[in-house]
Amino acid sequence: MSANRWWGRPATTLAACVARGELSAEQAVESGWEAAATWEGDVHAVAHADATVRATAARTAPPGPLRGVPVIVKDNLCTAGDYPTTCGSRILAGYRAPYDATVIRRLRAAGAVLTAKGNMDEFAMGSSTEFSCYGPTRNPYDLTRVPGGSSGGPAAAVAYGLAPLGLGSDTGGSVRQPAAFCGVFGLKPTYGRLSRYGLVAFGSSLDQVGLFARHAGDVALLYSLLAGPDLRDATTRASPPPDVSAWDRGVKGLSFGWPENLWREGVEPEVVAALEAAAASLERAGARRVAFDFLPGTYAVATYYLVATAEASSNLARFDGVRYGPRAPSTDVWSLYVRSRSQGFGPEVKRRILLGTYALSAGYYDAFYLKAQRARTRIRREYQAAFGRCDFMLLPVAPTLAFRLGEKTTDPLAMYLSDIFTIGANLAGIPGLAVPLGLAGSGLPRAVQLVGPEDSEPTLLRAGRALEVRGEVARLGREHETEFPWPMKR
Amino acid sequence: MAHEAVIGLECHIQLATRSKMFCECPAEFGASPNSNVCPVCLGLPGALPVVNRAAIDAALQLGLVLGCTIREASVFARKNYFYPDMPKNYQITQYDRPLCEGGALPVRLCETARSFPLIRIHVEEDTGKSFHPERTGDRPVSRVDFNRAGVPLLELVTEPAFRQPEECGAFLAGLRRLARWLKISDGDMEKGHLRCDANVSLRPPGSASLGTKTEIKNLNSIKGVEKGLTAEIARQAAVLDAGGRIEQATLLYDADHDKLAVMRSKEYAHDYRYFPEPDLPQLTVDAAWVEEVRGRLPEPPWTREDRYVDHLGLPAYDAAILCETRERSDYFEAVVGAGTDAKRASNWVMTEVLRHVNARGLSEREAALRLPAKSLAVLIGATESGRITSASAKEVLEEVFEKGGDPEAVIAARGLVARSSPEELLPLVREVLAENPGPVAQFRGGKQATLGFLVGQVMKKSGGRAAPQVVQELLRAELGALR
Amino acid sequence: MSIDRDEVRRIADLARLEIAGGDVDRMAKELSAVLDFVAALNELDLADCEPTSMVPAAASLRDDEPDGRRLTSEAALAAAPERERDFFLVPPVVENVNP
Repeated sequence: MSANRWWGRPATTLAACVARGELSAEQAVESGWEAAATWEGDVHAVAHADATVRATAARTAPPGPLRGVPVIVKDNLCTAGDYPTTCGSRILAGYRAPYDATVIRRLRAAGAVLTAKGNMDEFAMGSSTEFSCYGPTRNPYDLTRVPGGSSGGPAAAVAYGLAPLGLGSDTGGSVRQPAAFCGVFGLKPTYGRLSRYGLVAFGSSLDQVGLFARHAGDVALLYSLLAGPDLRDATTRASPPPDVSAWDRGVKGLSFGWPENLWREGVEPEVVAALEAAAASLERAGARRVAFDFLPGTYAVATYYLVATAEASSNLARFDGVRYGPRAPSTDVWSLYVRSRSQGFGPEVKRRILLGTYALSAGYYDAFYLKAQRARTRIRREYQAAFGRCDFMLLPVAPTLAFRLGEKTTDPLAMYLSDIFTIGANLAGIPGLAVPLGLAGSGLPRAVQLVGPEDSEPTLLRAGRALEVRGEVARLGREHETEFPWPMKR
Repeated sequence: MAHEAVIGLECHIQLATRSKMFCECPAEFGASPNSNVCPVCLGLPGALPVVNRAAIDAALQLGLVLGCTIREASVFARKNYFYPDMPKNYQITQYDRPLCEGGALPVRLCETARSFPLIRIHVEEDTGKSFHPERTGDRPVSRVDFNRAGVPLLELVTEPAFRQPEECGAFLAGLRRLARWLKISDGDMEKGHLRCDANVSLRPPGSASLGTKTEIKNLNSIKGVEKGLTAEIARQAAVLDAGGRIEQATLLYDADHDKLAVMRSKEYAHDYRYFPEPDLPQLTVDAAWVEEVRGRLPEPPWTREDRYVDHLGLPAYDAAILCETRERSDYFEAVVGAGTDAKRASNWVMTEVLRHVNARGLSEREAALRLPAKSLAVLIGATESGRITSASAKEVLEEVFEKGGDPEAVIAARGLVARSSPEELLPLVREVLAENPGPVAQFRGGKQATLGFLVGQVMKKSGGRAAPQVVQELLRAELGALR
Repeated sequence: MSIDRDEVRRIADLARLEIAGGDVDRMAKELSAVLDFVAALNELDLADCEPTSMVPAAASLRDDEPDGRRLTSEAALAAAPERERDFFLVPPVVENVNP
């Protein structure tokens, strides 16, 4: 491994060095591509990249808190004038968005450089990044395993150092779970705090743009730059977003929920070990543990797979070969639709469209979609009740560590159940933070999840930071701010 | 067999807002194809809708003036179906919680006041336009233009309370008038600003149950609506009379050939899979907003019509013509307000002013600019008092509508003040009597009507400036003196 | 809850998807399995639970101001799979007219 001294440094440090003139914006961006030279061939985190485009973007980056800092963004975020936006799907092959997503606009305005579009499960439907039309992304910590999904590309890229920051999207866990599998931080904000304008919609009432970084402070900075109301997205909250500037304040006086009933069964020992270690760290840092039972996640999964698929079946109707995307040869409009869509969508997407169409169809709407939306209210109330007893909850991210490629692709239900701990936050619209906690004995990253009430991002970041500084690999020294061992290329 | 027709209408009013329903694209007509579009109304990936307040305001105005109940919390819904002019393959509309419910449109039909009840009014977005059949090279295609996609529409659904096609025609005329009266739409059926689909079924007279209904689309004019319904009622009656059953169907009406064609077969029956639009909040219309809109509603046309009949003593026919547009009735009221008798003002507006408006293809607004109401009042006053003759008044109108200008100035410039002094007129009278011995003899022989002819001759000689009453008196005097 | 082949085809038609003959049974099985799982919702007490709406009700509405930030026709048509001058082209739309 080359001794590129920028690998793993926080984005804030990188930006400061660029601002001081220690290196140019182009050098900052290319330092990540040196890491890619080692890793990308195996990991395949990138869907689209272009050296000339990023060099120009670096050279012309405006002054701002992130000037010169490379960011990898998931391929379902619209970027205009530089890279295609294809959502990992054949049905958008070659599509170039004529406008920037709002979060992309804000990122560029802060001086950040879009260094690549990240690989993803097609239309964000998946938990392993095995369902991309470009082929799977692999976990840098073990190339026989998945990086998680659907934002596996950005997670893996941030893990191996292509960029210190990444944007993904989280509808049922698609930022938090790959963050956990790849050993980086992953934040799903409160619903409505980051604009969805320009995020290709999957489950409109569940989707949020999410943030990847290796360092808690970077998550806080990125959040503060991107969060806030957007007149182009009527689902954003009008009030100013929560202030995360005190992310390093510590957790003294805070309490965390400990719903142990959720992981007594069906969860790998390493996952439980990570939870125990995290709880101990938080207590040492001055937080108080509050034990109680919580509603099992199976209900959340069932609710999610009706609501998300219903919304998706409608959101994906626009992909029809009429205005953009490849068109199958046809002599009538019916065939145009059926052939273009059938050839363009992969099997998982088709499965979910069918499920969602069914859930909404005449005669079934009450029994499925409406019932699911009621169950969702019930689930929200469960979270509200829990947060009446604690400031945030400590949960697993997933029942397992990163699983092997091909392990769950033939059993859709098994794949869906891997979201059992993350889905609830999307249904309730509350924020969730995946916090990396070193490596298991097998060399795979471990992580825990923190969830809190709406607008509790400041609390979650404080707790995440507390875990970061007390992480079991803190022996590397805080001054280097690289707590986590780099993936070892075998 | 006797049959009673049961007809319901579903009307769409295209609103004249400046921007579209869910995006900032101009909602204007006539731009070059696919130039008033953006990611939202083109249905590009990642785009999101944002509601146009003016469209809701227009719906509130219409709903309040028709006496609807306004729902404080209404919901947008997605109606899912595939069609090439649908950018998202779903339409954002309102389904089970529409903005307005109930209400009725008062209509005068054959001098009788009627009222046709509504079920609901809601807001939705329009589709793009597809043109077919077309060809490119030797291949058949359809062309699609998305300029219209996303333009705001109000959908208004009536109760099935119509029994005759004429009632539907009167309803649509009233609705068109109202849309223009409120200035929420241009209401032009030929341009598609006002569209109408009709549902019709037959049943035995006096029955309370409903027969199978068919839907008729492509009714592009009020006449077309009446004729299409007449044709379909006849068709259904024939089927029933022959012992057959009515099949549910959607029919297209071809106005040029007065024919109906079945549009869709049942196998493409739509399951729209309505669900609440997750990208938009519930639409909250609080009491304050409702009262604010109510406070600026204009007097509705039917109330004005009634007022003209009851308080101004005008015939219903006159009131209807005067109230055809808000501009016209505002104008009429301004003329009355300037001191003119209502019946006279009504006559002048209906005959003289409208004649010029129609002959010159002026808009009523333009007409009012050329001949402001106060000026017309003055002109009427001058004619009534005899200061100018009615022939001169017509001259004045001709000039003012042609070139503009103040009537008084025209009267002065052309020397139109009527000549009414006997000294001036007597010579002319005597000339005419001398030149027309035949008619004189006829008059003296008892044919009173020739007096009119003789008056006319004097008027001609005076270039229309002689005061007709004076002329008549002088003629009688002279004729009487001829012994 | 079981979905059979005919149901799969009906839903596929609604969604404008074609499921290859050999895949219909598999799809039916997979969908049925998910629906069986989803039946767990019947165990929840949903007595006083109204359907969720995630969007804050007091969201402000947009002023009726046309904005020049729309796309040029070129940009709008740039990704068109088939176009002729300023129009999108599609195969002919047939209204299924039977005179």
